Amino acid sequence: MDTKKKNSKRPGFDTPVEKPAKKLAPWQSGLIGLGIVAGVYLILRILISTGVIGAYYQGILHGIFIDIIAALGLNLITGITGQFSLGHAGFMAIGAYTSAYVVLHTSGSMVSILGGILLGAVLAGVLGLLVGIPTLRLKGDYLAIATLGLGEIIRIFIQNTDQQVLGGSAGLTGYGVYAAATSPAGFELVFFGAVITFVVIRNMVKSSHGRACIAVREDEIASESMGVNLTKVKISAFVVGTFFAGLAGGLYTGYTGIIQPKSFDFMQSIEFLMIVVLGGLGNIWGTLIAAAALGVLNMFLQSFAEIRMIIYALLLVIIMLIKAGETPFFVKLRGLFKWSKWNLPFVHRKTEVE
Amino acid sequence: MSFEEFLQQLINGVSIGSIYALAALGYTMVYGIIKLINFAHGDILMVGAYVGYACIVVLHMPFLLAMVVAVAVCGLLGVAIEKVAYRPLRHAPRITVLITAIGVSFLLEYVMMALVGAESKAYPDGSFGNGQLSVAGLSINTQQLYVVAVTIIMMIALQYIIKRTKIGKAMRAVSSDADAAQLMGISVDKTISFTFLLGSALAAVAGVMMGAMYTINPLMGMQPGLKAFIAAVFGGIGSIPGAMLGGILLGLIETLVTAVGFSAYKDLAAFVILILVLLIRPCGILGKNVREKV
Repeated sequence: MDTKKKNSKRPGFDTPVEKPAKKLAPWQSGLIGLGIVAGVYLILRILISTGVIGAYYQGILHGIFIDIIAALGLNLITGITGQFSLGHAGFMAIGAYTSAYVVLHTSGSMVSILGGILLGAVLAGVLGLLVGIPTLRLKGDYLAIATLGLGEIIRIFIQNTDQQVLGGSAGLTGYGVYAAATSPAGFELVFFGAVITFVVIRNMVKSSHGRACIAVREDEIASESMGVNLTKVKISAFVVGTFFAGLAGGLYTGYTGIIQPKSFDFMQSIEFLMIVVLGGLGNIWGTLIAAAALGVLNMFLQSFAEIRMIIYALLLVIIMLIKAGETPFFVKLRGLFKWSKWNLPFVHRKTEVE
Repeated sequence: MSFEEFLQQLINGVSIGSIYALAALGYTMVYGIIKLINFAHGDILMVGAYVGYACIVVLHMPFLLAMVVAVAVCGLLGVAIEKVAYRPLRHAPRITVLITAIGVSFLLEYVMMALVGAESKAYPDGSFGNGQLSVAGLSINTQQLYVVAVTIIMMIALQYIIKRTKIGKAMRAVSSDADAAQLMGISVDKTISFTFLLGSALAAVAGVMMGAMYTINPLMGMQPGLKAFIAAVFGGIGSIPGAMLGGILLGLIETLVTAVGFSAYKDLAAFVILILVLLIRPCGILGKNVREKV
């Protein structure tokens, strides 16, 4: 009896072996990525220069790019590595105040702006390292509360500093808007900031380090026994995430022209969390889409802050209930639409077992 | 600081600490039974304060009756929240439930803001006693006295319920091993609902008293909610005497920080305590150290 006949009686054996999809060489996919970035940049740049995207909409676009940077950083920490952080806005504040301080006390040229933003991001990363070493020993909800506390400590601390140095609760201003719609290279700053963030996070996720991060998220004990250095993986993800929070802060400084401690409170951290959750925890493309969607939503709901927050809150609860998929209503709804086939970015439905 | 001033601050600290302790009890009971930080707990306190306000101002009820109504409304609200938002997620990863809890918290805050507006309101003067007692050179506000008295009564009642009644026994059983409790014929769902009822009722008591002492607004639950959680962690989360001890200690530390002249850093103190406790002794003062099992 030939093997083909024998196997045909057993389900699953007679299906032809699928040819593995052709894998692109790194330089090929890199070139494609570069092309996409250049294309998107050119399209947006032309639309802005010709005035199709007016200053108001350009401002919203800048806000979205800044949110993308911060949210991608948070996604690395919370979505990919599974370390729940509620203090992201605090690290953003570090970047924002550092860059404002640098620009205010130097010439204010492009070099000092870039230097200020970079220094802010680095300082946020360094602080992330310093607080990450002790706090990342905590797990789950304890870590969430500790990072929430850290974010609040940073904010209260800035609020109580000398008026002359960091502006106290009134805020810091007078350094000029360098990343707003009206500034000469504002669009380039936020656009390439977002591109760099995306490329770094994406490549990190695709590397062996990223796989270690995912392993830590899925099961700490199992990954540790497979030789993953838990402390190193968690801290490096945290440092990279907080670095990008600082970068977003530096751009935010130049975007608004005034920074106040209350802009970096717990609510701001929740906004980033909202983007990450809506885009799907651990899904970096989803983060891009969610940031854009929420940016547009905010534009329409600008004068209805309460309704905006009610929608946010409902979305958070409903997404979580759909994700868990045990509420009878949502089970029915899912059957009705069969969206398991759609593979929507915001329905990250990997079965998770604790 | 003279000795009298010190005693005065001590009294202030114990009274605000009592409110933290009442709210911390809700956190600690819920955490003990389903391992969830109920972020919405502080907002249930806020709802309680508003229900009490409505009863007193609109329906002209006496203070105690208003408190009873607030307790009933919040108790039911707590049970409803658990049923709709937390129960379907009981077997989901903890991060999922935590995000849901944050969502519920924001929902309560902003629905309330849409209903009553964002501005602060104050309970009518004298609704909660506003006399001054002079004892040995100290001036004690009768409100502070009432707060401490109510807290002590609530805690004795809670101890009685948990230690001496059948449902209290069920709560302790579910908290130590839900599966085993289920096998012994205890309805886990009912027990968890009852825990939420009890915790939310205590939050309502705290909310009405806070509302009468300070002013109320839709976001008032956030800070005391966080403080109460810190108090619960400080005392040892899951431990009921720990929550009381943590609440009162936190109140004392805060008033002392203010008295020494760092009032701007009052909120900082709570968070610094939180992080120190988490790093040095994550199980808190009275908590048991539980080892993780594979």
